[in-house]
Amino acid sequence: MTTPDAAEEEHQARFDATIARDQRVEPRDWMPEAYRRTLVRQIAQHAHSEIIGMQPEGAWITRAPSLRRKAILFAKVQDEAGHGLYLYSAAETLGADRADLTARLIEGRQKYSSIFNYPTVTFADVGVIGWFVDGAAICNQVPLCRSSYGPYARAMVRICKEESFHQRQGYELLLTMMRGTDAQRAMVQDAVDRWWWPSLMMFGPPDSDSPNSAASMAWKIKRHSNDELRRRFVDMTVPQAEKLGVTLPDPELRWNEESGRYDFGTPDWSELQRVIKGDGPCNAERMARRREAHAEGAWVREAATAHAAKQARRRARRAEAPEGAGV
Amino acid sequence: MSPAPETPGTSQAAVTPEPPESPAAPGSSPAAGTDHVYLSLAEEHDDDSGRWAFGTGFTDPLHGVDTAVPPGVDGAALASLCLELADDALVQAQRLAEWCTRAPELEEEVALANIGLDLLGQARLLYARCGRADGTDRGEDAYAYFRDPADFRNVTLAELPNGDFAFSIVRLLVLSTWRLAVLHRLTGAQDPVLAAVAAKAVPELTYHRQYAAQWAVRLGDGTEESHRRMRAALAQVAPYLPEVFASSPADGAAVRAETVSVLEQVLAEAELAGALPVPDEPGSADGREGRHTAHLAPLLAELQQVARAHPEATW
Repeated sequence: MTTPDAAEEEHQARFDATIARDQRVEPRDWMPEAYRRTLVRQIAQHAHSEIIGMQPEGAWITRAPSLRRKAILFAKVQDEAGHGLYLYSAAETLGADRADLTARLIEGRQKYSSIFNYPTVTFADVGVIGWFVDGAAICNQVPLCRSSYGPYARAMVRICKEESFHQRQGYELLLTMMRGTDAQRAMVQDAVDRWWWPSLMMFGPPDSDSPNSAASMAWKIKRHSNDELRRRFVDMTVPQAEKLGVTLPDPELRWNEESGRYDFGTPDWSELQRVIKGDGPCNAERMARRREAHAEGAWVREAATAHAAKQARRRARRAEAPEGAGV
Repeated sequence: MSPAPETPGTSQAAVTPEPPESPAAPGSSPAAGTDHVYLSLAEEHDDDSGRWAFGTGFTDPLHGVDTAVPPGVDGAALASLCLELADDALVQAQRLAEWCTRAPELEEEVALANIGLDLLGQARLLYARCGRADGTDRGEDAYAYFRDPADFRNVTLAELPNGDFAFSIVRLLVLSTWRLAVLHRLTGAQDPVLAAVAAKAVPELTYHRQYAAQWAVRLGDGTEESHRRMRAALAQVAPYLPEVFASSPADGAAVRAETVSVLEQVLAEAELAGALPVPDEPGSADGREGRHTAHLAPLLAELQQVARAHPEATW
């Protein structure tokens, strides 16, 4: 006979061994409560980000200046809704409930990525979001394809493939615009100027100030530090900016022969804190839209539930009817 | 082949999430499936065409297709038919795009976008066909962005504002039922390009109609409020039916009969029998003759604003 404490220790040892061997934790496996909580929080915030992230670009679907661009953008925003769905499903494998997570979002109890609290001013923003924001998301998310939690890792494989496709589409739009008119080139540079620093902040606060990182790294939920991922993004993006013919708005940005990487300036972390706390340019607007859609859809969801219940009652009545009882 | 609302559309696959992968077998390397992702992200793609949304990989949606109008086909009649069907689709797609981020549930975000994308794809092919058939060789964007409201030939039902979810569902049910009946017949069109466009559209529209029918039943049979909203939506749509029927390109009587019969079947299932009175008298073809409601001009102003602000630009 093992005591509860001994059983717990044995579970913990097996879990630790799974992590140490780089194997995956699956939904029915035992896991520490803190691991489960951390994952639910991270996956839910990721799902919320996909859903809120539909708004800044979705605003341009009706105004896209060619039917081809309209189709590309419409499909991209649809993909984001799909990503939200997979991620909420991954969170549900940990015992979370989508309706509850949605309630947490619209009541402001769970966050989404701060990048979506910036406005989309011109159509060039659609391209720059694809290039910077999807690019930064890929840097963040490719390592998550090796996350220790199986359903999250598998969802990320599919999401990363689609994000990389979106990034190429965004960059291709910018290349086309840069070959166009002076007004188009000015639009692209203006969008680059506005999105560069917020994009660098997508990797989160500096490592010295990132309270949740250590545990997530130990559990292999997260694989690289915020600062390392930020550097990778800069290294990847600078040559692309040169090819495009735009200037990144950082006077300190220069190649470092010694390290073989780019040195760059420090983002305004007080701005990140302001946006996280709710004072970004569009926080109120984004939340209001999500709340409004949820509230206005309530009668539709209630009707679907009521219809399903009626159907179930009808089926039960049919099954009880004497004609159906002759088995 | 008589279309039945129960028939699942092939394009439904596009909104059905793939079944979750089975958990990795014990002892298998968890990284095996993900190394591939790193590779696929790192490698250069010269040709991504296999992954583009339909018709987005090249500028001419009919690229590589013999687009000469065959002898014996009346080019002007073909052009005006394509323009009517394209304008219906574009205006509907624009209204569906307005639902984006406002849908009642995530599954509906995905489905409404899917339907909008299908219709946008149909519009692009039909505009391209129109440009050849009318002899102007105009591209799809010339039709979408550089015509004024009075030049548009869509039925006015398509341009009405979205209203609530019930109104959007009733409109989708009516227009997808009618459009499926029409395009199903056009799969036998004398013009091979139009026939091919119709053949591609039929499974898409079968799904649109099924989606709308399922929601009509849920809402009609759901709560008191949803039932009341469905009745109001049907009453609002009814006056626009004669215009829809006035414009059936070929086999008008059969298209009308099929449409009415499907609608009656769905509404009976939705506990809404008789809630959509179909007037007997023929309607006037307002939209088809360029006479629109006040709602089309602002819809087009939004659709066209960036393109018109930069007429010299390429996108």
